[in-house]
Amino acid sequence: MSVAPAEIETPRTDEDSSVDRPWVTIVWDDPVNLMSYVTYVFQRVFGYAKPKAEKLMLDVHHKGKAVVAAGAREEMERDVQTLHGYGLWATLRHDS
Amino acid sequence: MLRDLAGQIETLVGGDDAGTTEGGDFADVLGLTEDARPPDDPALARLLPDAYGDDPDASTEFRRYTERDLRAGKADAARTLLGTLPEDGGRVSLSVDEALAWLRALNDIRLTLAVRLGIAEQMPADLDMMKPDDPRYAAYAVYDWLTGTQDSLVQALS
Repeated sequence: MSVAPAEIETPRTDEDSSVDRPWVTIVWDDPVNLMSYVTYVFQRVFGYAKPKAEKLMLDVHHKGKAVVAAGAREEMERDVQTLHGYGLWATLRHDS
Repeated sequence: MLRDLAGQIETLVGGDDAGTTEGGDFADVLGLTEDARPPDDPALARLLPDAYGDDPDASTEFRRYTERDLRAGKADAARTLLGTLPEDGGRVSLSVDEALAWLRALNDIRLTLAVRLGIAEQMPADLDMMKPDDPRYAAYAVYDWLTGTQDSLVQALS
């Protein structure tokens, strides 16, 4: 889904501005997970078509990690939890 | 062999560390983990990784709320595999849901084995070059077989 978040000019305040700055889910490469399996998981979890899922999987494989989704923190936490359920190594962070 | 490995996963994730709730019933009812540190066991730590790479406090909080469900899901997958494995081996027929459970359980088994055996990217080459009397050979061969089995299953589901 690599949606590039819009550049939002937000004045920094003391309040939590996470609403304006999306979070991203990252999947990390690891030597155990099969390319076929990772592709399949991306299709199931995110509903991506196979070519897109494959491309993301290859990004993870060749670059060491890749952003696989973006959105609100709670959504990304759910994604990470789901991916952990499949044995993928996933983390979330603020998109910067 | 598969029965034994799946049983080990069930024990590993169902185990005691980070699961006991001395905070009592309240935490229990909510499914919270009281002591939400990353597991000491490196295999368990791989099955239950940190969610925040750069924020240990956020990881702890996340673990507190989610680890129990994650462990339960993995234990369920292992139990499904155990439940659908015929006593004396032979052909296995799986529903889609059972096949998905097998996929997840096989993956957990491979992750655990890889940590225990120190298997990394170059494993396939290692096995080819390894002599059959190498003490690691059997374990690597098992891992290799599990990899092929998981791959076949993914192909069948795709």
